[in-house]
Amino acid sequence: MIKLDNVSKKFGTGVFGLTDITLSVENGEFVFLVGPTGSGKTTIFKLLIREVLPTQGNITVNDWDVVKLPKQKIPHLRKKVGVVFQDLKLLFDRTIFENISLPLEVSGINSNEAKKRVEEVLTQVGLFSHKDKFPIQLSGGELQRAAIARALVLSPEILLADEPTGNLDSATSWEIVKLLSDINEKGTTIIMATHNADIVKSLSKRIIELEKGRLVHDGKHEKVHEAKKAHEEKEKKE
Amino acid sequence: MKHVKTTWTNIRRSPYQAFAAILIMMLTFLVISFFTFLIGGSSKIVNYFESKPQVTAFFKNEAKQSDINTLENDLQSSGKIASVKYVSKDEALKIYREQNKNDPLLLDLVTADILPASLEISSLKIEDLSSISDTLKKSPIVQEVVFQKDVVSTLTAWTSALRKIGLTLIVVLSLVSMFIMVTIIGIKISQKKDDIEIMRLIGATNWYIRWPFIFEGMFYGAIGAFLGWLISSLALWYATPLLESFLRGIPVLPVSPLVLFELLAVELVLAAILGAFSSFLAVLRYLK
Repeated sequence: MIKLDNVSKKFGTGVFGLTDITLSVENGEFVFLVGPTGSGKTTIFKLLIREVLPTQGNITVNDWDVVKLPKQKIPHLRKKVGVVFQDLKLLFDRTIFENISLPLEVSGINSNEAKKRVEEVLTQVGLFSHKDKFPIQLSGGELQRAAIARALVLSPEILLADEPTGNLDSATSWEIVKLLSDINEKGTTIIMATHNADIVKSLSKRIIELEKGRLVHDGKHEKVHEAKKAHEEKEKKE
Repeated sequence: MKHVKTTWTNIRRSPYQAFAAILIMMLTFLVISFFTFLIGGSSKIVNYFESKPQVTAFFKNEAKQSDINTLENDLQSSGKIASVKYVSKDEALKIYREQNKNDPLLLDLVTADILPASLEISSLKIEDLSSISDTLKKSPIVQEVVFQKDVVSTLTAWTSALRKIGLTLIVVLSLVSMFIMVTIIGIKISQKKDDIEIMRLIGATNWYIRWPFIFEGMFYGAIGAFLGWLISSLALWYATPLLESFLRGIPVLPVSPLVLFELLAVELVLAAILGAFSSFLAVLRYLK
Protein backbone atom coordinates (compact mmCIF):
# COMPACT_ATOMS: atom_id res chain seq x y z
CA MET A 1 0.00 0.00 0.00
CA ILE A 2 1.36 3.36 -1.09
CA LYS A 3 -0.16 6.59 0.14
CA LEU A 4 0.76 10.18 -0.63
CA ASP A 5 -1.04 12.78 1.39
CA ASN A 6 -0.86 16.44 0.29
CA VAL A 7 2.69 15.96 -0.85
CA SER A 8 4.59 18.91 -2.30
CA LYS A 9 8.21 19.10 -3.29
CA LYS A 10 9.89 22.43 -3.80
CA PHE A 11 13.38 22.30 -5.22
CA GLY A 12 16.28 24.48 -4.10
CA THR A 13 15.74 26.73 -7.08
CA GLY A 14 12.27 27.61 -5.78
CA VAL A 15 10.54 25.61 -8.52
CA PHE A 16 7.79 23.25 -7.39
CA GLY A 17 8.43 19.71 -8.62
CA LEU A 18 5.18 18.46 -7.14
CA THR A 19 2.23 20.36 -5.77
CA ASP A 20 -0.28 18.96 -3.36
CA ILE A 21 -0.37 15.36 -4.55
CA THR A 22 -2.77 12.99 -2.82
CA LEU A 23 -3.10 9.45 -4.10
CA SER A 24 -3.02 5.87 -2.94
CA VAL A 25 -2.13 2.62 -4.62
CA GLU A 26 -3.43 -0.68 -3.25
CA ASN A 27 -1.39 -3.83 -2.92
CA GLY A 28 -1.19 -5.80 -6.18
CA GLU A 29 -2.27 -2.89 -8.40
CA PHE A 30 -0.69 -2.02 -11.75
CA VAL A 31 -0.64 1.73 -12.24
CA PHE A 32 0.63 3.86 -15.09
CA LEU A 33 2.11 7.17 -14.08
CA VAL A 34 1.91 9.38 -17.14
CA GLY A 35 2.69 12.92 -18.05
CA PRO A 36 5.19 14.92 -20.09
CA THR A 37 8.86 15.25 -19.19
CA GLY A 38 9.24 17.38 -16.09
CA SER A 39 5.77 16.63 -14.81
CA GLY A 40 7.11 15.03 -11.62
CA LYS A 41 6.95 11.27 -12.32
CA THR A 42 10.54 10.60 -11.33
CA THR A 43 10.20 12.90 -8.32
CA ILE A 44 7.38 10.71 -7.00
CA PHE A 45 9.64 7.66 -7.31
CA LYS A 46 12.47 9.48 -5.59
CA LEU A 47 10.14 10.41 -2.75
CA LEU A 48 8.93 6.82 -2.39
CA ILE A 49 12.46 5.49 -1.79
CA ARG A 50 13.49 8.51 0.30
CA GLU A 51 16.06 9.66 -2.21
CA VAL A 52 14.58 13.09 -1.56
CA LEU A 53 12.29 14.39 1.19
CA PRO A 54 9.02 16.21 0.47
CA THR A 55 8.70 19.86 1.39
CA GLN A 56 5.35 19.04 2.94
CA GLY A 57 2.92 16.17 3.24
CA ASN A 58 3.06 12.55 4.35
CA ILE A 59 4.16 9.46 2.48
CA THR A 60 3.41 5.91 3.56
CA VAL A 61 4.89 2.84 1.90
CA ASN A 62 3.57 -0.39 3.42
CA ASP A 63 3.94 0.28 7.12
CA TRP A 64 6.69 2.83 6.79
CA ASP A 65 6.23 6.51 7.39
CA VAL A 66 8.76 7.45 4.73
CA VAL A 67 9.16 11.06 5.81
CA LYS A 68 9.92 10.24 9.44
CA LEU A 69 11.94 7.12 8.66
CA PRO A 70 15.27 7.25 10.55
CA LYS A 71 18.29 7.38 8.28
CA GLN A 72 19.57 3.96 9.26
CA LYS A 73 16.24 2.39 8.26
CA ILE A 74 16.40 3.74 4.69
CA PRO A 75 18.29 0.65 3.40
CA HIS A 76 15.42 -1.55 4.73
CA LEU A 77 12.87 0.50 2.80
CA ARG A 78 14.94 0.34 -0.38
CA LYS A 79 15.21 -3.42 -0.14
CA LYS A 80 11.42 -3.68 -0.07
CA VAL A 81 10.85 -1.36 -3.01
CA GLY A 82 12.45 -2.46 -6.27
CA VAL A 83 13.24 0.34 -8.70
CA VAL A 84 13.98 0.17 -12.42
CA PHE A 85 15.73 3.49 -12.89
CA GLN A 86 15.28 5.59 -15.99
CA ASP A 87 19.04 5.51 -16.61
CA LEU A 88 19.12 1.85 -15.44
CA LYS A 89 22.04 2.46 -13.06
CA LEU A 90 23.78 -0.79 -13.89
CA LEU A 91 27.44 -1.15 -12.90
CA PHE A 92 29.39 -1.37 -16.14
CA ASP A 93 32.41 -3.07 -14.64
CA ARG A 94 30.36 -6.02 -13.42
CA THR A 95 28.74 -8.83 -15.36
CA ILE A 96 24.96 -9.11 -15.64
CA PHE A 97 25.05 -11.87 -13.03
CA GLU A 98 27.06 -9.69 -10.63
CA ASN A 99 24.81 -6.69 -11.23
CA ILE A 100 21.72 -8.67 -10.43
CA SER A 101 23.20 -10.34 -7.39
CA LEU A 102 24.24 -6.96 -5.95
CA PRO A 103 21.04 -6.37 -3.93
CA LEU A 104 21.38 -9.89 -2.46
CA GLU A 105 25.01 -9.24 -1.65
CA VAL A 106 24.11 -5.95 -0.01
CA SER A 107 21.48 -7.77 2.07
CA GLY A 108 24.07 -10.27 3.26
CA ILE A 109 22.50 -13.33 1.65
CA ASN A 110 24.96 -16.21 1.29
CA SER A 111 26.44 -16.77 -2.12
CA ASN A 112 24.86 -20.20 -2.82
CA GLU A 113 21.40 -18.96 -2.09
CA ALA A 114 22.09 -15.77 -4.02
CA LYS A 115 23.27 -17.74 -7.07
CA LYS A 116 20.08 -19.78 -7.08
CA ARG A 117 17.89 -16.72 -6.80
CA VAL A 118 19.77 -14.75 -9.49
CA GLU A 119 19.49 -17.66 -11.92
CA GLU A 120 15.78 -17.87 -11.19
CA VAL A 121 15.26 -14.18 -11.95
CA LEU A 122 17.51 -14.31 -15.02
CA THR A 123 15.35 -17.12 -16.38
CA GLN A 124 12.21 -15.13 -15.58
CA VAL A 125 13.41 -12.11 -17.61
CA GLY A 126 14.94 -14.31 -20.34
CA LEU A 127 18.56 -13.32 -19.82
CA PHE A 128 20.01 -16.56 -18.50
CA SER A 129 22.25 -17.06 -21.54
CA HIS A 130 23.69 -13.54 -21.09
CA LYS A 131 24.54 -13.86 -17.44
CA ASP A 132 28.31 -13.67 -17.90
CA LYS A 133 28.25 -10.76 -20.31
CA PHE A 134 29.00 -7.19 -19.37
CA PRO A 135 26.31 -4.49 -19.78
CA ILE A 136 28.15 -3.01 -22.77
CA GLN A 137 27.61 -6.29 -24.67
CA LEU A 138 23.80 -6.17 -24.36
CA SER A 139 21.10 -4.42 -26.41
CA GLY A 140 18.82 -1.74 -24.99
CA GLY A 141 15.95 -4.17 -24.36
CA GLU A 142 18.26 -6.66 -22.71
CA LEU A 143 19.70 -3.97 -20.45
CA GLN A 144 16.18 -2.97 -19.49
CA ARG A 145 15.45 -6.60 -18.59
CA ALA A 146 18.63 -6.74 -16.56
CA ALA A 147 17.55 -3.65 -14.64
CA ILE A 148 14.13 -5.24 -14.03
CA ALA A 149 15.80 -8.44 -12.88
CA ARG A 150 17.91 -6.48 -10.38
CA ALA A 151 14.81 -4.73 -9.08
CA LEU A 152 13.06 -8.08 -8.73
CA VAL A 153 15.78 -10.15 -7.17
CA LEU A 154 14.87 -9.33 -3.56
CA SER A 155 11.20 -10.19 -4.30
CA PRO A 156 10.01 -6.67 -3.46
CA GLU A 157 6.36 -6.02 -2.69
CA ILE A 158 6.47 -2.89 -4.80
CA LEU A 159 8.21 -2.34 -8.14
CA LEU A 160 8.69 1.16 -9.50
CA ALA A 161 9.62 1.27 -13.20
CA ASP A 162 10.72 4.66 -14.49
CA GLU A 163 10.27 4.87 -18.28
CA PRO A 164 11.29 1.26 -18.83
CA THR A 165 10.35 1.51 -22.51
CA GLY A 166 11.91 4.92 -23.01
CA ASN A 167 14.51 4.11 -25.63
CA LEU A 168 13.07 0.91 -27.03
CA ASP A 169 11.34 0.03 -30.29
CA SER A 170 7.68 -0.87 -29.99
CA ALA A 171 8.15 -4.65 -30.22
CA THR A 172 10.70 -4.61 -27.43
CA SER A 173 8.58 -2.19 -25.43
CA TRP A 174 5.72 -4.64 -25.56
CA GLU A 175 7.95 -7.42 -24.33
CA ILE A 176 8.93 -5.31 -21.33
CA VAL A 177 5.31 -4.41 -20.56
CA LYS A 178 4.36 -8.07 -20.86
CA LEU A 179 7.12 -8.96 -18.42
CA LEU A 180 5.93 -6.33 -15.95
CA SER A 181 2.33 -7.58 -16.28
CA ASP A 182 3.49 -11.11 -15.50
CA ILE A 183 5.30 -9.86 -12.44
CA ASN A 184 2.19 -7.96 -11.38
CA GLU A 185 0.07 -11.09 -11.76
CA LYS A 186 2.29 -12.79 -9.20
CA GLY A 187 1.21 -10.15 -6.68
CA THR A 188 3.80 -7.37 -6.94
CA THR A 189 2.42 -3.83 -6.93
CA ILE A 190 3.74 -2.02 -10.00
CA ILE A 191 3.92 1.66 -10.79
CA MET A 192 5.22 2.30 -14.29
CA ALA A 193 6.09 5.80 -15.37
CA THR A 194 5.82 6.25 -19.11
CA HIS A 195 4.80 8.60 -21.86
CA ASN A 196 4.21 5.85 -24.36
CA ALA A 197 0.55 6.52 -25.18
CA ASP A 198 0.07 3.33 -27.20
CA ILE A 199 0.94 1.10 -24.32
CA VAL A 200 -1.16 3.03 -21.86
CA LYS A 201 -4.18 3.01 -24.18
CA SER A 202 -4.09 -0.66 -24.99
CA LEU A 203 -3.85 -1.89 -21.41
CA SER A 204 -6.91 -1.29 -19.36
CA LYS A 205 -5.09 -0.24 -16.20
CA ARG A 206 -5.35 2.62 -13.76
CA ILE A 207 -3.67 5.78 -15.00
CA ILE A 208 -2.39 8.61 -12.84
CA GLU A 209 -1.65 11.66 -14.92
CA LEU A 210 0.61 14.48 -13.83
CA GLU A 211 1.14 17.84 -15.39
CA LYS A 212 3.62 20.41 -14.15
CA GLY A 213 3.76 18.67 -10.81
CA ARG A 214 0.02 18.52 -10.28
CA LEU A 215 -2.19 15.46 -10.35
CA VAL A 216 -4.61 16.12 -13.18
CA HIS A 217 -6.39 12.77 -13.57
CA ASP A 218 -6.62 9.45 -11.83
CA GLY A 219 -8.61 6.54 -13.27
CA LYS A 220 -8.97 4.01 -16.09
CA HIS A 221 -8.05 5.00 -19.61
CA GLU A 222 -11.55 5.81 -20.91
CA LYS A 223 -12.35 7.90 -17.88
CA VAL A 224 -9.05 9.71 -18.10
CA HIS A 225 -9.74 10.47 -21.71
CA GLU A 226 -13.17 11.90 -20.96
CA ALA A 227 -11.95 13.87 -18.01
CA LYS A 228 -9.10 15.26 -20.05
CA LYS A 229 -11.49 16.46 -22.71
CA ALA A 230 -13.68 18.16 -20.13
CA HIS A 231 -10.60 19.75 -18.58
CA GLU A 232 -9.48 21.11 -21.95
CA GLU A 233 -12.91 22.49 -22.73
CA LYS A 234 -13.06 24.14 -19.35
CA GLU A 235 -9.67 25.76 -20.00
CA LYS A 236 -10.84 26.98 -23.38
CA LYS A 237 -13.91 28.58 -21.88
CA GLU A 238 -11.80 30.33 -19.28
CA MET B 1 35.16 -11.99 2.74
CA LYS B 2 33.10 -10.09 0.17
CA HIS B 3 34.58 -6.82 1.43
CA VAL B 4 38.10 -8.19 1.07
CA LYS B 5 37.37 -9.23 -2.52
CA THR B 6 35.97 -5.77 -3.33
CA THR B 7 39.01 -4.20 -1.68
CA TRP B 8 41.36 -6.28 -3.80
CA THR B 9 39.49 -5.33 -6.99
CA ASN B 10 39.74 -1.64 -6.03
CA ILE B 11 43.48 -1.93 -5.46
CA ARG B 12 44.10 -3.81 -8.72
CA ARG B 13 42.20 -1.26 -10.76
CA SER B 14 44.26 1.74 -9.67
CA PRO B 15 47.83 0.47 -9.32
CA TYR B 16 49.51 3.89 -9.31
CA GLN B 17 47.48 5.15 -6.38
CA ALA B 18 48.13 1.89 -4.56
CA PHE B 19 51.83 2.27 -5.29
CA ALA B 20 51.91 5.84 -3.94
CA ALA B 21 50.06 4.83 -0.79
CA ILE B 22 52.35 1.87 -0.16
CA LEU B 23 55.49 3.95 -0.81
CA ILE B 24 54.61 6.66 1.68
CA MET B 25 53.71 4.07 4.29
CA MET B 26 56.97 2.25 3.57
CA LEU B 27 58.98 5.45 4.04
CA THR B 28 57.25 6.16 7.34
CA PHE B 29 57.88 2.68 8.70
CA LEU B 30 61.42 2.60 7.37
CA VAL B 31 62.16 5.68 9.46
CA ILE B 32 60.30 4.20 12.44
CA SER B 33 62.38 1.01 12.19
CA PHE B 34 65.69 2.86 11.82
CA PHE B 35 65.03 5.07 14.79
CA THR B 36 63.91 2.09 16.85
CA PHE B 37 67.26 0.46 16.10
CA LEU B 38 69.20 3.65 16.85
CA ILE B 39 67.38 4.48 20.05
CA GLY B 40 67.36 0.87 21.26
CA GLY B 41 71.04 0.46 20.46
CA SER B 42 72.16 3.70 22.03
CA SER B 43 70.14 3.02 25.19
CA LYS B 44 71.90 -0.33 25.45
CA ILE B 45 75.26 1.36 25.04
CA VAL B 46 74.43 3.86 27.78
CA ASN B 47 73.34 1.03 30.10
CA TYR B 48 76.53 -0.79 29.36
CA PHE B 49 78.64 2.19 30.34
CA GLU B 50 76.54 2.89 33.39
CA SER B 51 77.00 -0.66 34.65
CA LYS B 52 80.77 -0.57 34.07
CA PRO B 53 83.38 0.73 36.59
CA GLN B 54 82.98 4.40 36.41
CA VAL B 55 86.46 5.70 36.98
CA THR B 56 89.60 4.11 35.61
CA ALA B 57 93.02 5.26 36.78
CA PHE B 58 95.97 4.32 34.59
CA PHE B 59 99.31 4.15 36.40
CA LYS B 60 102.65 5.44 35.28
CA ASN B 61 105.16 2.77 34.25
CA GLU B 62 107.40 3.57 37.19
CA ALA B 63 104.58 3.15 39.74
CA LYS B 64 105.53 0.62 42.41
CA GLN B 65 103.19 -2.14 43.44
CA SER B 66 103.37 -0.99 47.08
CA ASP B 67 102.29 2.55 46.16
CA ILE B 68 99.42 1.14 44.17
CA ASN B 69 98.34 -1.00 47.12
CA THR B 70 98.45 2.01 49.43
CA LEU B 71 96.29 4.00 47.06
CA GLU B 72 93.85 1.11 46.77
CA ASN B 73 93.60 0.84 50.57
CA ASP B 74 93.11 4.59 50.94
CA LEU B 75 90.23 4.45 48.51
CA GLN B 76 88.67 1.42 50.20
CA SER B 77 88.75 3.16 53.56
CA SER B 78 87.04 6.30 52.24
CA GLY B 79 83.70 4.45 52.33
CA LYS B 80 82.60 5.79 48.94
CA ILE B 81 83.72 2.80 46.95
CA ALA B 82 81.54 -0.08 45.75
CA SER B 83 84.37 -2.04 44.22
CA VAL B 84 87.95 -1.68 43.15
CA LYS B 85 89.62 -3.93 40.67
CA TYR B 86 93.32 -3.93 39.93
CA VAL B 87 94.29 -4.75 36.36
CA SER B 88 97.99 -5.53 36.01
CA LYS B 89 100.00 -5.01 32.83
CA ASP B 90 99.76 -8.74 32.05
CA GLU B 91 96.02 -8.77 32.58
CA ALA B 92 95.68 -5.68 30.40
CA LEU B 93 97.59 -7.51 27.66
CA LYS B 94 95.28 -10.50 28.04
CA ILE B 95 92.21 -8.27 27.64
CA TYR B 96 93.80 -6.54 24.68
CA ARG B 97 94.60 -9.88 23.04
CA GLU B 98 91.06 -11.07 23.58
CA GLN B 99 89.60 -7.94 22.00
CA ASN B 100 91.90 -8.12 18.98
CA LYS B 101 92.16 -11.84 18.51
CA ASN B 102 91.13 -11.52 14.87
CA ASP B 103 93.83 -9.04 14.02
CA PRO B 104 97.31 -10.65 14.26
CA LEU B 105 99.06 -7.46 13.18
CA LEU B 106 97.81 -5.58 16.24
CA LEU B 107 98.72 -8.50 18.49
CA ASP B 108 102.32 -8.62 17.28
CA LEU B 109 102.97 -4.94 17.93
CA VAL B 110 101.85 -4.86 21.53
CA THR B 111 103.61 -6.22 24.59
CA ALA B 112 102.76 -5.98 28.28
CA ASP B 113 105.27 -3.12 28.66
CA ILE B 114 103.27 -0.71 26.54
CA LEU B 115 100.01 -1.25 28.37
CA PRO B 116 99.58 0.51 31.69
CA ALA B 117 98.33 -1.16 34.86
CA SER B 118 95.07 0.31 36.07
CA LEU B 119 92.46 0.46 38.84
CA GLU B 120 88.81 0.15 37.82
CA ILE B 121 86.74 1.84 40.50
CA SER B 122 82.99 2.05 40.80
CA SER B 123 81.39 4.24 43.42
CA LEU B 124 78.29 3.71 45.55
CA LYS B 125 76.86 7.06 44.58
CA ILE B 126 77.26 8.75 41.26
CA GLU B 127 77.90 12.12 43.01
CA ASP B 128 81.10 10.78 44.62
CA LEU B 129 82.71 10.13 41.27
CA SER B 130 84.19 13.62 40.99
CA SER B 131 85.89 13.53 44.42
CA ILE B 132 87.29 10.05 43.76
CA SER B 133 88.55 11.22 40.42
CA ASP B 134 90.20 14.27 42.07
CA THR B 135 91.89 12.07 44.69
CA LEU B 136 93.28 9.86 41.96
CA LYS B 137 94.50 12.78 39.85
CA LYS B 138 96.48 14.13 42.83
CA SER B 139 98.38 10.86 43.28
CA PRO B 140 101.89 11.06 41.77
CA ILE B 141 101.76 7.51 40.42
CA VAL B 142 98.64 8.08 38.31
CA GLN B 143 99.20 8.89 34.65
CA GLU B 144 95.63 9.43 33.53
CA VAL B 145 92.09 9.23 34.91
CA VAL B 146 89.29 8.20 32.57
CA PHE B 147 86.09 9.46 34.01
CA GLN B 148 83.28 7.43 32.43
CA LYS B 149 80.65 9.78 33.74
CA ASP B 150 81.61 12.10 30.89
CA VAL B 151 81.18 9.30 28.42
CA VAL B 152 77.80 8.39 29.90
CA SER B 153 76.53 11.94 29.97
CA THR B 154 77.66 12.59 26.40
CA LEU B 155 75.97 9.39 25.29
CA THR B 156 72.83 10.21 27.24
CA ALA B 157 72.69 13.60 25.58
CA TRP B 158 73.08 11.95 22.17
CA THR B 159 70.42 9.38 22.94
CA SER B 160 67.93 11.95 24.07
CA ALA B 161 68.64 14.08 20.99
CA LEU B 162 68.17 10.99 18.81
CA ARG B 163 64.91 10.25 20.56
CA LYS B 164 63.64 13.78 19.97
CA ILE B 165 64.68 13.86 16.32
CA GLY B 166 63.25 10.37 15.80
CA LEU B 167 59.94 11.16 17.42
CA THR B 168 59.58 14.42 15.51
CA LEU B 169 60.35 12.71 12.21
CA ILE B 170 57.98 9.86 12.97
CA VAL B 171 55.15 12.21 13.90
CA VAL B 172 55.70 14.37 10.81
CA LEU B 173 55.92 11.37 8.48
CA SER B 174 52.89 9.73 10.04
CA LEU B 175 50.90 12.92 9.49
CA VAL B 176 52.16 13.20 5.92
CA SER B 177 51.26 9.59 5.17
CA MET B 178 47.89 10.06 6.81
CA PHE B 179 47.08 13.08 4.63
CA ILE B 180 48.31 11.34 1.50
CA MET B 181 46.19 8.30 2.35
CA VAL B 182 43.14 10.49 2.97
CA THR B 183 43.71 12.09 -0.44
CA ILE B 184 44.19 8.77 -2.23
CA ILE B 185 41.16 7.13 -0.65
CA GLY B 186 39.24 10.35 -1.32
CA ILE B 187 40.14 10.15 -5.02
CA LYS B 188 39.03 6.52 -5.07
CA ILE B 189 35.72 7.39 -3.47
CA SER B 190 35.18 10.15 -6.04
CA GLN B 191 35.99 7.73 -8.85
CA LYS B 192 33.39 5.33 -7.56
CA LYS B 193 30.77 7.96 -6.88
CA ASP B 194 28.30 6.48 -9.36
CA ASP B 195 28.77 2.97 -8.05
CA ILE B 196 28.29 4.18 -4.50
CA GLU B 197 25.10 6.03 -5.44
CA ILE B 198 23.73 2.90 -7.11
CA MET B 199 24.59 0.74 -4.11
CA ARG B 200 22.82 3.19 -1.82
CA LEU B 201 19.73 3.24 -4.04
CA ILE B 202 19.42 -0.52 -3.95
CA GLY B 203 19.65 -0.59 -0.19
CA ALA B 204 23.33 -0.81 0.79
CA THR B 205 24.03 0.44 4.29
CA ASN B 206 26.71 3.07 4.84
CA TRP B 207 29.05 0.56 6.44
CA TYR B 208 28.64 -1.86 3.56
CA ILE B 209 30.04 0.86 1.33
CA ARG B 210 32.67 2.03 3.81
CA TRP B 211 34.33 -1.26 4.78
CA PRO B 212 36.19 -1.89 1.49
CA PHE B 213 37.79 1.56 1.75
CA ILE B 214 38.80 0.98 5.38
CA PHE B 215 40.28 -2.40 4.42
CA GLU B 216 42.12 -0.75 1.57
CA GLY B 217 43.78 1.69 3.97
CA MET B 218 44.74 -1.13 6.30
CA PHE B 219 46.19 -3.09 3.39
CA TYR B 220 48.36 -0.17 2.23
CA GLY B 221 49.52 0.38 5.80
CA ALA B 222 50.40 -3.25 6.40
CA ILE B 223 52.25 -3.74 3.09
CA GLY B 224 54.11 -0.45 3.54
CA ALA B 225 55.10 -1.35 7.10
CA PHE B 226 56.27 -4.80 6.05
CA LEU B 227 58.45 -3.37 3.26
CA GLY B 228 59.86 -0.66 5.55
CA TRP B 229 60.68 -3.25 8.18
CA LEU B 230 62.20 -5.62 5.62
CA ILE B 231 64.51 -2.95 4.17
CA SER B 232 65.66 -1.71 7.57
CA SER B 233 66.18 -5.25 8.88
CA LEU B 234 68.22 -6.19 5.81
CA ALA B 235 70.26 -3.01 6.20
CA LEU B 236 70.88 -3.84 9.87
CA TRP B 237 71.88 -7.39 9.00
CA TYR B 238 74.25 -6.11 6.32
CA ALA B 239 75.80 -3.53 8.65
CA THR B 240 76.07 -5.82 11.69
CA PRO B 241 79.70 -7.01 11.09
CA LEU B 242 80.86 -3.43 10.52
CA LEU B 243 79.05 -2.08 13.57
CA GLU B 244 80.23 -4.97 15.74
CA SER B 245 83.86 -4.11 15.11
CA PHE B 246 83.07 -0.45 15.75
CA LEU B 247 81.28 -1.18 19.05
CA ARG B 248 84.07 -3.49 20.15
CA GLY B 249 83.12 -5.33 23.32
CA ILE B 250 79.76 -3.57 23.85
CA PRO B 251 77.08 -6.27 23.67
CA VAL B 252 74.51 -4.59 21.40
CA LEU B 253 74.73 -6.69 18.25
CA PRO B 254 73.60 -8.95 16.67
CA VAL B 255 69.94 -8.10 17.27
CA SER B 256 68.01 -11.32 17.80
CA PRO B 257 65.47 -12.26 15.09
CA LEU B 258 62.85 -12.51 17.82
CA VAL B 259 63.23 -8.80 18.57
CA LEU B 260 62.95 -8.03 14.85
CA PHE B 261 59.75 -10.04 14.56
CA GLU B 262 58.33 -8.33 17.62
CA LEU B 263 59.09 -5.01 15.95
CA LEU B 264 57.35 -6.25 12.78
CA ALA B 265 54.26 -7.26 14.75
CA VAL B 266 54.06 -3.89 16.50
CA GLU B 267 54.60 -2.04 13.21
CA LEU B 268 51.94 -4.06 11.41
CA VAL B 269 49.41 -3.23 14.10
CA LEU B 270 50.40 0.46 14.06
CA ALA B 271 50.25 0.55 10.26
CA ALA B 272 46.84 -1.09 10.14
CA ILE B 273 45.56 1.43 12.68
CA LEU B 274 47.13 4.36 10.78
CA GLY B 275 45.72 3.08 7.47
CA ALA B 276 42.27 2.38 8.86
CA PHE B 277 42.15 5.75 10.60
CA SER B 278 43.19 7.62 7.43
CA SER B 279 40.57 5.79 5.39
CA PHE B 280 38.00 6.46 8.06
CA LEU B 281 38.76 10.18 7.84
CA ALA B 282 38.44 10.01 4.04
CA VAL B 283 35.18 8.11 4.30
CA LEU B 284 33.78 10.67 6.75
CA ARG B 285 34.94 13.49 4.51
CA TYR B 286 33.84 12.14 1.12
CA LEU B 287 31.05 9.67 1.92
CA LYS B 288 28.45 11.64 3.75
